[in-house]
Amino acid sequence: MTDRLLRHIRPEQFRELILLLITIGVMLFFWTQIPNYFDPRSINRLTVGLAIPLVVAVGQMLVVLTRNIDLSVSSTVGLSAYAVGTFLGRHETSPWVAALLAIAIGVGLGAINGLLVAYGGVPAIITTLGTLALYRVLLVEISNAKTVTTNDLPEWMGGLPSKSLLTVKDYDLRLMAAVALIALIGGHLVLRFLPYGRRLYAIGSNPDAAKVAGIPAQRDVFLAFVICGGLAGLGGFLYLIRFGNITVTAAQGLELQVVAAVVVGGVSILGGQGSMFGVLLGVVLIEVMQQSLLRWSGLSEFVKDAILGLLILIAITVDAVLLVRLREAWVNTRRRDRAKTRLSLATEGAADAGD
Amino acid sequence: MRATDWKRYLRRWEFLLFVCLVVVVIYNSVNVSNFLTAQNQVNLLQLSIEKAIVALIMTFVIICGEIDLSVASMMGLSASVVARLHESGWNMALAVLAALAVGLGFGVLNGFFVAKVGINSLAVTLAGYIGFRGLAEVFIEDNSIGDFPSWFTKMGQDGIIGPITFSILLFVIMAVVATVILHFSGFGRQIYAIGSNARVAVFSGVPVARTRIIIFAASGLISALAGVLYAARLGAVRASTAQGFELDIITIVLLGGVSIFGGIGSMVGVLLSILLVLNIRNGMTIAGITGNTQTGVIGLLLIFSVLIPNLAARAQGRLLRPPVDPQFQAPRVETTAQNAG
Repeated sequence: MTDRLLRHIRPEQFRELILLLITIGVMLFFWTQIPNYFDPRSINRLTVGLAIPLVVAVGQMLVVLTRNIDLSVSSTVGLSAYAVGTFLGRHETSPWVAALLAIAIGVGLGAINGLLVAYGGVPAIITTLGTLALYRVLLVEISNAKTVTTNDLPEWMGGLPSKSLLTVKDYDLRLMAAVALIALIGGHLVLRFLPYGRRLYAIGSNPDAAKVAGIPAQRDVFLAFVICGGLAGLGGFLYLIRFGNITVTAAQGLELQVVAAVVVGGVSILGGQGSMFGVLLGVVLIEVMQQSLLRWSGLSEFVKDAILGLLILIAITVDAVLLVRLREAWVNTRRRDRAKTRLSLATEGAADAGD
Repeated sequence: MRATDWKRYLRRWEFLLFVCLVVVVIYNSVNVSNFLTAQNQVNLLQLSIEKAIVALIMTFVIICGEIDLSVASMMGLSASVVARLHESGWNMALAVLAALAVGLGFGVLNGFFVAKVGINSLAVTLAGYIGFRGLAEVFIEDNSIGDFPSWFTKMGQDGIIGPITFSILLFVIMAVVATVILHFSGFGRQIYAIGSNARVAVFSGVPVARTRIIIFAASGLISALAGVLYAARLGAVRASTAQGFELDIITIVLLGGVSIFGGIGSMVGVLLSILLVLNIRNGMTIAGITGNTQTGVIGLLLIFSVLIPNLAARAQGRLLRPPVDPQFQAPRVETTAQNAG
């Protein structure tokens, strides 16, 4: 039975399947608890809420895949949201220019991280713990304790958060959610089909072996940080669109939600393992939990972080305990199959020789 | 690298720290009239004493080749537990004991997941980093709890020997004990062995799992103690108490010459680094630089404390080694290098 199952499904896919079932289970549970749980308004709120963490998580995933981590994303989101907000308050520009500016800011900040990690040899956790503080300080310094308010922002900004690209029976595909989806699909295609994506897996699985195999590991890791920064910058633009009012503490703590989502989604913190589908599931599960707990009268809003911590612990434990066993079983199944084919070939050969 | 090489290198790092410390102290005392008074030096230590205490145990954790990101959240959690229990009418001493027990318990839990389940300590303590802070929020919500009994706040604020407070005295005792354990005991040698190469340590008969659990349990317990002391000094607790302290604590340890990869470092370096960071912060405070910018400077220090030795080692390697194909970077194979040396 397990043999037959393992012939068709990889352990990682099995893990994603479990996560999918858990997410559906959680949603069904809250459906019984909260009235109108699946009505268009709540679903739209959910998809809009997903957009920012999802965009940032896609970049984070690329970095985690290379056995690194980027904790500075929340400061990057805050800084780019604030900088673009201030810029829009002073100059008339089109949405495209504003979005590009946000991405460019993120790319610059990501490049600093990437330089230090890939070329300076400073461990990612150290670098980004430092830049998490540094970028936030930069934001505090340039802001002079002023906040960006919706009044500073141009007219076109007002309509963007609720702008819908596609509406089916009041269920919107909002612009923000669409942007996040495009980032996710783009990330998936890169990881699946581009040599660069495959190299990221190789680097994360075994950095030394990747180097010996001639993979430009330094350049690839640098680029992963740059992309992560760029997507965080885009996340900052979405943050500006969604909230409009940007203080110096904007997006503080977002890095935890994003790293949690990536880890819960099955991307190994030791690199080389994970998929964009898993990241999507991780982001959805955490966002569903957070929004539903806020609305569920049975619990106070303050349990949010405690549950986040617990979720991560469960996810990594499942990885360490269950997935290792599953993978062993999977390998053994393959090995048995191969031995069986070899045996049957050999007996056939012997029969042929006997004739 | 040869054994004598890294010893010489280590000595130089601590010497460098010492020189930096002297420079900062001289610079500060030239610019500020009463900088070198005993009162200011005690104040400077008192203002960050909890971080200094946690830095001691963090040294053990990092030399052991692990990391504990959850220390600051644990400080917040233990402070919250004390405050919450006190508010609900517990005896203060019992509340403190309960907070310490919580720290020890969660420390053992961290250690269990790292040592027995075999999960990377970065991931485990990241969960703790979020989860412990979350628990603090569950206990305190968005309130601020104070009104502690006077003996408790006195313990945190008043000097018991001249200006020296209970916390400072405790820190000095703990620093001595930590130095003895790390450098003059079998347990300390085992920690270095595990940090240098955990697999070799297992085969050499070092009780790796047990040592790791002890280290993480101690980290939880001491962080909880630091959280209680912090609550006593501030006199009020919020859920965000001690948020972001892990940055300073890890910076202090790494600046002290402890390798993030484990197995290298000394208590002397960390103690010098504590004084250096505190003096830099104190100097900046007196110069009117705000707390936020200070955090930025600490962040820079953290990065440079790892970057500079890296670049120095690379430059050294380039000078010593004959030029090879720059495109090819061989992986580090430590055993052969040691044999060759």
